Amino acid sequence: MATTTTTFAPISNKLRRMMPRFFQYLVLTVVMIVIFVPLVILIFGSLKTTGMMYSHPYTFPNPPHWDNITYILGTDVFWRMLQNSIFVMLGTTAGVVFVCGLAAFVFARMDFRGKNWLFNLFNMGLMFPINVAILPVYFVLRQMNDMGIHMIDTLLGVIMVQLAFQISGNVVILRGFFTAIPAELQDAAYIDGCNAFDFFWRILLPLARPALSAVGALTMIVSWNDLLVPLVILNNDKLWTLPLGTMQFQGQYGSDLALISAFVLLSSIPTIIFYMFAERQIVSGLTAGALKG
Amino acid sequence: MQQVSTITKSTEPISTSRMSRRFQDRLVVFLFLLPALILFLIFVIYPIFHSVYYSMFDWNGLGKATDFVGLQNFQTILNDKVFIKAVGNVLLLIVMSLGIQLPLAMMLAVLVGRDLPGRGFFRTIFFLPYVLAEVNVGVMWLLLYNADPDRGFINAILVQLGAEPVAWMGNMKVVLIAVFITLTWKFFGFHMLLYLAGLQNIPKEIEEAATIDGANGFQSFVNITLPLLGSPIRTSVYMSVLGSIQQFILVWIMTHGGPVNASETMATYMYRFGFVRFQLGYGSAVAIYMFIFCLIFSLIYNYFTQKPDYLTGL
Repeated sequence: MATTTTTFAPISNKLRRMMPRFFQYLVLTVVMIVIFVPLVILIFGSLKTTGMMYSHPYTFPNPPHWDNITYILGTDVFWRMLQNSIFVMLGTTAGVVFVCGLAAFVFARMDFRGKNWLFNLFNMGLMFPINVAILPVYFVLRQMNDMGIHMIDTLLGVIMVQLAFQISGNVVILRGFFTAIPAELQDAAYIDGCNAFDFFWRILLPLARPALSAVGALTMIVSWNDLLVPLVILNNDKLWTLPLGTMQFQGQYGSDLALISAFVLLSSIPTIIFYMFAERQIVSGLTAGALKG
Repeated sequence: MQQVSTITKSTEPISTSRMSRRFQDRLVVFLFLLPALILFLIFVIYPIFHSVYYSMFDWNGLGKATDFVGLQNFQTILNDKVFIKAVGNVLLLIVMSLGIQLPLAMMLAVLVGRDLPGRGFFRTIFFLPYVLAEVNVGVMWLLLYNADPDRGFINAILVQLGAEPVAWMGNMKVVLIAVFITLTWKFFGFHMLLYLAGLQNIPKEIEEAATIDGANGFQSFVNITLPLLGSPIRTSVYMSVLGSIQQFILVWIMTHGGPVNASETMATYMYRFGFVRFQLGYGSAVAIYMFIFCLIFSLIYNYFTQKPDYLTGL
């Protein structure tokens, strides 16, 4: 009896310690499967013929059938959408980093009358997301069109609207980052004869590179995935971005599930690749705002 | 910065070089704020006031708005059962998000915890749906929700389990829940990420001390971990509510607000009137109601999250 307890006690202790871990992994694995199911079915679907899609919709594509993918990659349409999406994404991101970097610097590092008031004004933008404001914004774009500034049916219009609605959030995030840079650095720079612009350009910007890349990565995702702004602004199908094209494609080929799967898969791949490389930046951008709020 | 300016004030009369320094500072403030301010005023602030004007017209977007109807649009909207349904759906989405999605995210964040081997791997996987385009997510889930058990994976499983297949997108009673499941699939990783980052900031020793004092796991979670996660929780509640108020893309892709308006949200309602039926005055009035909703929520949020000063000493 005594011997059994001595031999079994360590094991049962170990078991007791292992059990929570086992339970943790079990739950997390189940959730992981739930995440993967839609993606795996999409991948399977994209490698099937339409006929296979109807007879064996959610099985492994055996043999894999690459025609849908090569068909889409062989058309100009997909590449043009990809090009448009990249153009809009780069334009919006460059604009956000530039415009918000400058404004956040002023709010973090300069003193002037009305600063708090102005900062609150920008903050108010957080309450009015683009989905709520889209119709009023559309009126303004039409007005600008009448004045000869072509905003409707141009990629520039998409960039400007996306940029404007990214200002509030990113100014707040960047201001947080900039405030964290020690005040002594600024004093030292001023004593050494730097003016505000020198300090910004030579000292703050190099130090803030991680912050700017976080904001940049986040903006790239938001711009790349945006549907509503392109949907409202772009009529000309030569200008469509990938999400807009995906939506129209789904409407057009509604019954050809295999072809749609292939299209959605292909338009998701750039995002997934980007995510693998920029996860750290995206995560730090998102959490920066949250932990200070 | 402040130090520098106090020195200039206290010492001898300001020299010309310091005058120019002050002028330079002003110039930097002005020039640096200018681009953000112009864009913000043109595309964010001005449209809001502009839409107040149009909301008082019966206007189809052709020519000038001349048919002034006063506040009639606002009244008509409140009498429209579809709008009321949309508001109800949005409130339901908010309740489900706060009651189901966020607690689920919190549970998973605690499960992943601080030091589980493979923590980063799970975080990467769980966050993946958040970065996928909503359009793509919507189309993916449409495939899963297909009413025919020979085509839709979810119904195939239901049939395997001996249940009846459900017309997820065609049944007025379940369509909103189906959309909510998709929303949860896409967004729980985002909320989990916020909680995980918050957990990382709580020193392990605090919870260990509680355990030594005899608190069990649940007690130490409720009394110690949860209050210390206040900041990420506040953010995720804010994002979740605002996200529900403006929910558009997933609903539009998956159901167009149907069947028979069963999954209508305020944003799809506005889009339908503004961009499908071109009743722009009416649509503007809907937009203003949405602004008001956002405003009311923000005021309530600020009221509850900003503790009065006399409490901070406690």
